[in-house]
Amino acid sequence: MRAISRGTFTPRPGSAPLSRQVLAQARMETRLLLRNGEQVLLAVVIPLIVLVGGIVAAKKVDLEFSHSAVDTLTPGVLALAVMSTSFTSLAIATGFERRYGVLKRLGSSPLPRSGLLAGKVGALLFVEALQVLVIGIVAGALGWTWNPSAAGLLGLLGCILLGTAAFASLGLFLAGVLRAEATLAAANLVYLLLMAGGAVVFPTTTYGSFGSVLAWLPSGALGNGMRTVFLDSAFPALPLLVLAAWAVLGTILTARTFKWE
Amino acid sequence: MQATYTLRVPLSPDPSSPAVAVEGLVMRYGDKVAVDGLSLNVARHTITAVLGPNGAGKTTTLETCEGYRSPHRGTVRVLGLDPARRRRDLLPRIGVMLQSGGAWSGVRAVEMLRHIAALHAEPLDVPMLVERLGLGECGRTPYRRLSGGQQQRLALAMAVVGRPELVFVDEPTAGMDPQARRTTWDLLEELRADGVTIVLTTHYMDEAERLADQIHVIDHGRLIASGTPIELTRGSGTSTIRLVVTEPFPADAPSSLSAALGPLTDVQPINEHSLLITGPADASTLAKISAWCEHHGVLPESLTLGQRTLEDVFLQITGRELTT
Repeated sequence: MRAISRGTFTPRPGSAPLSRQVLAQARMETRLLLRNGEQVLLAVVIPLIVLVGGIVAAKKVDLEFSHSAVDTLTPGVLALAVMSTSFTSLAIATGFERRYGVLKRLGSSPLPRSGLLAGKVGALLFVEALQVLVIGIVAGALGWTWNPSAAGLLGLLGCILLGTAAFASLGLFLAGVLRAEATLAAANLVYLLLMAGGAVVFPTTTYGSFGSVLAWLPSGALGNGMRTVFLDSAFPALPLLVLAAWAVLGTILTARTFKWE
Repeated sequence: MQATYTLRVPLSPDPSSPAVAVEGLVMRYGDKVAVDGLSLNVARHTITAVLGPNGAGKTTTLETCEGYRSPHRGTVRVLGLDPARRRRDLLPRIGVMLQSGGAWSGVRAVEMLRHIAALHAEPLDVPMLVERLGLGECGRTPYRRLSGGQQQRLALAMAVVGRPELVFVDEPTAGMDPQARRTTWDLLEELRADGVTIVLTTHYMDEAERLADQIHVIDHGRLIASGTPIELTRGSGTSTIRLVVTEPFPADAPSSLSAALGPLTDVQPINEHSLLITGPADASTLAKISAWCEHHGVLPESLTLGQRTLEDVFLQITGRELTT
């Protein structure tokens, strides 16, 4: 039996304008990031525990910083927050997108790969803005102050953008070569290792002579960049260069190895 | 303000050219040849079924048409375009239903459909599509908690929501309950009536017979038969007889029965307990079968007369059953 034509499904193919597709993708990814309990834990709760815990511990053991504990630790905690989202969250989410065929399905939609990437970056920046807001409010309540200069503001923007670029490219590299479960494990492990020993939260000077090595890691560079911005109100040129170099390296690695299925 | 759509793609200039043209396609995975010199055409505004057992090369062929893979040899044209090189031009015009997956595990069913719709210029009305496919009751359910049939109907909705000219659906009703199958078939038929071309893979004979205007039967990556359902099932004889016995047949049963029945009939073993006889199912044939059974001391358990089905066609060509 032949169905009667009603014109409901008459073909009218076409892509939405790219900007609208990217916006849709960014909104979708943001919602999914925030819906996931573990991701929120990683993005906000852990950085806040590190901030409060660090201040309490610094008081108890009489840790000597050149500034107050909250002023010293807050920039590092912001760096940690950027790292958690752009590296760990992104890597895990992308790993499972590969596993569940989401990337394959989107690969046959009108959304080009560049648009997918732009959507992901948009989601990361939005979540990071939320993180900075929440951490800034809590730190402010604990006595954190910052007098922003033009150089400092520019530096902060640079730290967030280049930090995101560096960590996101490395996160995608991880997600593109490992299975989803292995990505989950590796992304969390690297996050923990860098949080403890990567000069994100604590200044490189606290690591002794090893600190000069850590400054060349993306974690150390992002932490140092944030501290230069907030503690010295200056533009962190060298840390930004280091982050840019990591972003280039991560992008090349990802472009060469990423498997969509 | 009315949104403006600037990226509307013009419809194909030549409506008589085939929607899909595959010519001498060869696809390999390492040493294994998945598609072995396949050639087939798909006419516009039709439903074409690619029928074959698991591992016949159906999905590989489909994914090559969708531009996921480049042909190792041969050419593929979809709506006149090379799907690997002109993928970006082609993708807005086609709809793709993958065999499984394709959605985030935490995304809600309707949310996913809305997202795909938002990537297209003039998508279908999402609530209408949700209702048509019976997805209303699970609209807010996360993808990972949808039943297999619900996931498939969502995947079909995702394939058609962009109002494509051509839809590729890979095993659209595998594992669905009868009600969901009928809903899916009705939608596919309505799409065709509205001018959409549909290419579907299936290993269900009844699906191909009911839906398809044209059927391509493939096995081991090769085209083994093509035609309308009627052309394929008409064949040499119009009827079939299935003979099932209680004890296994003697080894020479097919040849000795064939000799007893004469040149107008064809005898194929199905398994050690059953044979398929194709030819005129008249009284004389039945009498000969009874005599043969008596002579060879085999006890018939059942003797079934029927029209030749696609299942029988496949068995005759390949010597194997489709669904096993």
